Amino acid sequence: MDDFYRDYILDHYRNPRNFGTIDHPDATAEDLNPLCGDQIRMDVAVAPDGTVADVKFSGKGCAISQASASMLTETVKGMKLEDVARLSKEAVLENVGIGISPTRMKCAMLGLRVLKSAAVGEIAGWPDEE
Amino acid sequence: MRALESKAARIAADFPILGTTTSRGKRLVYLDSAATSQKPQAVIDALVDYYANYNANIHRGVYEIAARATDAFEDARAKVAAFLNAQTEEIVWTRNATEALNLVAYSWGTTNLKPGDVIVTTQIEHHSNLVPWQLLAAKTGAELRFIPVDARGVHVLDDLDALMAGARLVAFSHVSNTLGTIAPVAAIVAAARKAGATVVVDGAQAAPHLAVDVKALDVDFYAISGHKMLAPTGIGVLYGKRALLEAMPPFLAGGDMIRKVEYEKTTFNDLPWKFEAGTSNVADAIGFGVAIDYLDDIGMDWIRAHEREMFRYALEKLAPFEARGLAIYGPRDPELASGVLSFNFADIHAHDLASILDTEGVCIRAGHHCTMPLMEKMGWPATARASFYLYTTTADIDALVAALERAAAVFKL
Repeated sequence: MDDFYRDYILDHYRNPRNFGTIDHPDATAEDLNPLCGDQIRMDVAVAPDGTVADVKFSGKGCAISQASASMLTETVKGMKLEDVARLSKEAVLENVGIGISPTRMKCAMLGLRVLKSAAVGEIAGWPDEE
Repeated sequence: MRALESKAARIAADFPILGTTTSRGKRLVYLDSAATSQKPQAVIDALVDYYANYNANIHRGVYEIAARATDAFEDARAKVAAFLNAQTEEIVWTRNATEALNLVAYSWGTTNLKPGDVIVTTQIEHHSNLVPWQLLAAKTGAELRFIPVDARGVHVLDDLDALMAGARLVAFSHVSNTLGTIAPVAAIVAAARKAGATVVVDGAQAAPHLAVDVKALDVDFYAISGHKMLAPTGIGVLYGKRALLEAMPPFLAGGDMIRKVEYEKTTFNDLPWKFEAGTSNVADAIGFGVAIDYLDDIGMDWIRAHEREMFRYALEKLAPFEARGLAIYGPRDPELASGVLSFNFADIHAHDLASILDTEGVCIRAGHHCTMPLMEKMGWPATARASFYLYTTTADIDALVAALERAAAVFKL
């Protein structure tokens, strides 16, 4: 598990990308990891062609949840909202790399869960349980 | 210190799990006894012995093993009663301290509280000693008030008499599971008595670590969980003063809690069985009795002295980390705290810290410790918590310190 905390994970944790909120977002969602109380909100601005024009995340929590959310915001910019709604667990794991223990999987998936919730307009399931 | 240390090492040898290694080949260093304690071989053996040799339902069978099971079950109750300095009929088996507190809330609370009555609790409570009173207040129209705690998590008693005005029920934890704070029981009970309030104490974190005498504390109810004091999970106790328990209606209804049942009405059983509907958790109650024997044999005074030493040793070893961003929460005076060390390390989130410590075999708890309002008040998103018990050794604390160095390296502090 300690192999997991690579330089780029720590960098995203300490310098999160697209951190903040969007005034009047077209889509937004917020949720907690019930296990540890990690909290993430995702705001999305949608372009006329249905792609993600801008995305911001805010919240607090562990390096895994915050870095994973930060990397996810970079992945989805320009992506069609319907494709965001179909993103899988593997897409996140591709970003964060190997080594997430089962007990911390929900931390890694919190950002994706919230972003998918924003995309479909309701709280989605946990990506690791699909 | 050396004598305490070698005794702790001998005690640790009685706990089979403490001789195991993790999947990474690290010695298991268990510093999460505030969540649940480990179990000595004697307790494990007692469970196997019951199921292998005299498993039978209690209070009913006329055959030999049924009588033996009933005797063992009731002997265990007598042991817990002696441990708390209570009468045997004042000891009600529950699943855990949470169920014991809920029993008071539902049975005593809904019968005795009316709109405008005041329930006083504190800002440091575990959810199990807060949520039942929130529900009770909502159900009865009572008002909930809180004894504040300061930045160290120590009770502030300046306005205690004013807070107690109109109090019918006062509920507080003897020891905080998050910060280890030992409550000023005598002062709170005195103020509660002056107001004419009934006093219920959550002793889940105290009874494993301190000698508890419910008569000397002069409390009305005292709740404990077996699993935090060497016993199996699923067994706890509510102590209640006899007169109060006798006046209370049953909590759960069913078999074993009755004397005579007719189609239209029922006469209830005597104390304590009036509150024990259905087949009890026989095996785990017997295991609780064996755990009490073990604690009695070691002695609660020794356990308290040992945990004080471990707390002092940990503070001394962690002191150099404070210049590197380690923040220690809760009272530091070992007289005010019991075996719990809550902390955060620089910008490492408590969950990341716990994950890295886990790779070194060191088990700690991270999160809100079921005290979300306290965490919110203190402004801590989460804390890491190392907690000590009779089997904790200086080697365990040295392992914690070494694992913190590892975390500092991983996070490039």
